[in-house]
Amino acid sequence: MTMSSQGRPTAPGTIEANELPTISGDRGLDHEEALIFELGRRGMTGVDIPEVQMSETRLGGQRRKGPVGLPGLSEPEVIRHYVRLSRMNYAIDSGLYPLGSCTMKHNPRLNEKMARLPGFGDIHPLQPQETVQGALELIAELMKWLTRLTGMPAVAMSPKAGAHGELCGLLAIRAAIEARGENRRRILVPESAHGTNPATAAFAGFVVDEVPATQGGHVDADALEAKLGPDVCAIMLTNPNTCGLFEPRIIEMANAVHKAGAYFYCDGANFNAIAGRVRPGDLGIDAMHINLHKTFSTPHGGGGPGAGPVVLSERLAPFAPLPLLVHDAQGFRLIEDRAAVPEGAKPFGRMCAFHGQMGMFTRALAYMLSHGRDGVRQASEDAVLSANYILASLKDVMSAPFGEGPCMHEALFDDSFLEGTGVTTLDFAKAMIDEGYHPMTMYFPLVVHGAMLIEPTESESKESLDRFIHVMRTMALEAKAGKRTRFEGAPRLAPRRRLDETAAARKPVLRWKPKELPQAAE
Amino acid sequence: MRYHPLTPEDRAAMLSRIGAASVDALFRDVPESAVVPLSAFDLPDTKGELEVDRLMSKLAAQSTAAGSVPFFCGAGAYRHHVPAAVDHLIQRSEFLTSYTPYQPEIAQGTLQYMFEFQTQVALLTGMEVANASLYDGSTATAEAVLMAQRVTKRPKAILSGGVHPHYAETVETVANLHGQVLRAPVTPGRVEDLAGMIDADTACIVVQSPDVFGLIRDIGPLADAAHAKGALLIAVVTEAVSLGLLEPPGHQGADIVACEGQSIGNGLNFGGPYVGLFATRDKFIRQMPGRLCGETVDAAGKRGFVLTLSTREQHIRRDKATSNICTNSGLCCLAFTIHLSLLGEEGLTRLARLNHTRAAGLADRLAHVAGVNVLTPSFFNEFTIRLPKPAAAVVDALAEKGILAGVPASRLLPHDTGVRDLLIVAATETCADEDCDAFAGALSEVLS
Amino acid sequence: MSETRFTDQHEWVRIDGGEATVGITRYAAEQLGDVVFVELPEAGRKVGSGGEAAVVESVKAASEVYAPVGGEVTASNSALTDDPAKVNADPEGEAWFFKLKGVDAGEFGKLMTREQYDEFLKGL
Repeated sequence: MTMSSQGRPTAPGTIEANELPTISGDRGLDHEEALIFELGRRGMTGVDIPEVQMSETRLGGQRRKGPVGLPGLSEPEVIRHYVRLSRMNYAIDSGLYPLGSCTMKHNPRLNEKMARLPGFGDIHPLQPQETVQGALELIAELMKWLTRLTGMPAVAMSPKAGAHGELCGLLAIRAAIEARGENRRRILVPESAHGTNPATAAFAGFVVDEVPATQGGHVDADALEAKLGPDVCAIMLTNPNTCGLFEPRIIEMANAVHKAGAYFYCDGANFNAIAGRVRPGDLGIDAMHINLHKTFSTPHGGGGPGAGPVVLSERLAPFAPLPLLVHDAQGFRLIEDRAAVPEGAKPFGRMCAFHGQMGMFTRALAYMLSHGRDGVRQASEDAVLSANYILASLKDVMSAPFGEGPCMHEALFDDSFLEGTGVTTLDFAKAMIDEGYHPMTMYFPLVVHGAMLIEPTESESKESLDRFIHVMRTMALEAKAGKRTRFEGAPRLAPRRRLDETAAARKPVLRWKPKELPQAAE
Repeated sequence: MRYHPLTPEDRAAMLSRIGAASVDALFRDVPESAVVPLSAFDLPDTKGELEVDRLMSKLAAQSTAAGSVPFFCGAGAYRHHVPAAVDHLIQRSEFLTSYTPYQPEIAQGTLQYMFEFQTQVALLTGMEVANASLYDGSTATAEAVLMAQRVTKRPKAILSGGVHPHYAETVETVANLHGQVLRAPVTPGRVEDLAGMIDADTACIVVQSPDVFGLIRDIGPLADAAHAKGALLIAVVTEAVSLGLLEPPGHQGADIVACEGQSIGNGLNFGGPYVGLFATRDKFIRQMPGRLCGETVDAAGKRGFVLTLSTREQHIRRDKATSNICTNSGLCCLAFTIHLSLLGEEGLTRLARLNHTRAAGLADRLAHVAGVNVLTPSFFNEFTIRLPKPAAAVVDALAEKGILAGVPASRLLPHDTGVRDLLIVAATETCADEDCDAFAGALSEVLS
Repeated sequence: MSETRFTDQHEWVRIDGGEATVGITRYAAEQLGDVVFVELPEAGRKVGSGGEAAVVESVKAASEVYAPVGGEVTASNSALTDDPAKVNADPEGEAWFFKLKGVDAGEFGKLMTREQYDEFLKGL
């Protein structure tokens, strides 16, 4: 069988309930909250809508035969419910969120305000184009920023997230290869790659071939070159890579890839380390998605929505998907019809309905205009400086596999400093929760054992970084000194103790069901 | 820069601990030929909040906001009234600025609303199980087709001509990579014979109801026909509010439901971000794409929620994942959940009835305009009219008069000469009587 | 007379009369962590030596189980589908995955003995 070193305890066992039990079950500011379906009553609603006399003659006989089964609550009850839920969440606004590769930077509230301007937020995607000129100009302005910051000639705006952008880039590459009359099907992906890379390549109909990493945490450029051949369609590489390192031989690799007739796809997840300092176009990249929710700070929102525009080289630009945005004598115009595209354009298709994540575009542009090119550069530099500060401050007590430095925007540690202590990466991360921190990314990248990937971003003050460093150092020293209490069964001070993921997966309960129905999903 | 807390002194002290002479030294792995000065970027420098606000507000003012005029556009995106509480709640820092709930002990807020969302979607669609959302309705439809190809191990997807053309094109982009997509002819206001197209290679039939022209379809017989030949039925819904009044696809035999959830809780936003609802049968859980939240207990025995069945997903399964999707549509799905919680059974039913009544009233009014024919005998809050001249020009003329009159079918089907005179008109609870009067009046002027 | 052999992919195979029984080793089960799901091949399916035959999943990992030797599947252990925890409890006994017929003795003979496999594990 294929082996995995990712196995780790996912069933926490049971512990004694601690502290003084309260009568209500709530504890001070920590309220327990039932499911919305366990609250409310029949006939209640939180929205006043008039009851109308309705004729049923035009429903095609398809009128609903029974109720939906939704609970009824008034507005104050609904607000209290979701406010209480919100208080069970950690957030960047409440503390340092060093989740490597996720880029939890500050989300300026101006951006939220701008996205809600009626001229951006309250316009329909299929209004006559003359009535949405301001919105189209905003998209064009954002395209200008993205192409100039990356040094690439074109950008496809419709992809809805990073992985969707990867798909868009690979489909452009596929179309370009087919336009050459070739049938290349192999994609080279470093073993350190984020899971979306091989998943996207397979999704787009390619065969994935892994490229090993060097001892130093870089892509093995020689191994890569050896794997190139007439059936290789592209390489998919993250730069800076998932170990938080810039690939020093990237231009060399790009040249080799191009010489072999293949394309260079770059995963732009870590563009936030180099924006304003390095242009991907100068590195020989043919396509790169930009996670607007990382580099340009559109809020992560508990897991979305994101946006993943893809910048394209001259060779791939003709294959960009519909719609295309052009500017001519009539103003800005979206071209949604394959037959109406400018000469030379051969769009591979459509990624989604309408034109992309406008709400994210507005926020990203507000971020860019606020920062300016100098602020964007400063953000990258501060992010890299802060990560190196953490690396330099922790590497003597933790273990940094590539600790000779410098790193880019994130500092990578492994679990060798915990060897023999009985404390695992998981325990260490969960103990951070009790200290008031969100854990770093753990067990990723896969190329490092028990990985801990720390990304402080540019949003932390030096005082905040110093406090974090103090906590991390103390924890590492305690673990090494055999003081395990802090780690065993942590967290103790969070809204929940460790959750039983094994039980959740063995007998999935994926929805609430009324009591009279059987609970288990068969 | 107001967002950057480090001072020049901080930076110097930090560099000193690192042992680097300058920030440039930290970028030493960048090849020399790729090192560029700031002036290489032909872009402006930093701006204060006031300046940015002014610039962007000016830009925003150059578009006609839907709320500022009589407004009747639909075709996959609908303008509804979203209660003020929704936007207030989704902007709470703990929801807005948190990541995917990978650490469940400190993310129960997100996980619990995901669980509530999954339940609401399952109830609304009449299905057994739903995921924690996909990007939008169109990509959810594409994922549904890929899933049907996996489940049946058959290549062919047959799409009804009533499926939103953007959705059909999105499906073609990905499903043709793994099989083939067949689009049935477009028959505005009527149903086509899809059952007759099913053969032994057919993975699924994809049918939208109400369809892109607004027609309500009876999908039950199609589900039976698909099942008789070992194929799945995928039901597409672009207007989630319709499920408050119409029989849900799950009660009519659908195997997968792909639905656009924008119209509950989410604004028009010029097309995105929206929220894709995806529901199916229990037996297909392991073939489902996207995130799933499940109920469990913590070490102290308290109920809690976790992301589960992750082995389907890209971060574990890599090239064997069911989909490459990584995010869901988190905050949009929260908006959906809160709005639906506010509505409740009573509110949703009233809202749906009000929508249908508004649209029926508008259809009657427009039917009295000379030269106008209502094509859709049954509809929810959207219908199609035939005009005596090309609809795009009429829509432009009405826009000149300050009325956004709907979506010309030619915008979606530019090569289908048969739809050139068709206008797709939506009326929700946001359309006042006087808006409808203004529309009917202006239309008769433009047509005369 | 039965004999058990092992692969470097951590499957075991035991030949009993004309039939081979296949499972995953204790080492593999421990590395996976709590097993939550098992997908087994249908009877009648022909698998080649080294071909993907089953899937075993924990919360954080999914692994293919390869057929140590080629043959035709005669039975699958449906008890694992109902209670995947058995794989952790008794991986090399009760928690067999599937049985094969028509197995080539030469292929079987090339696999590691218990002693060789234990030695192999020490080198990991």
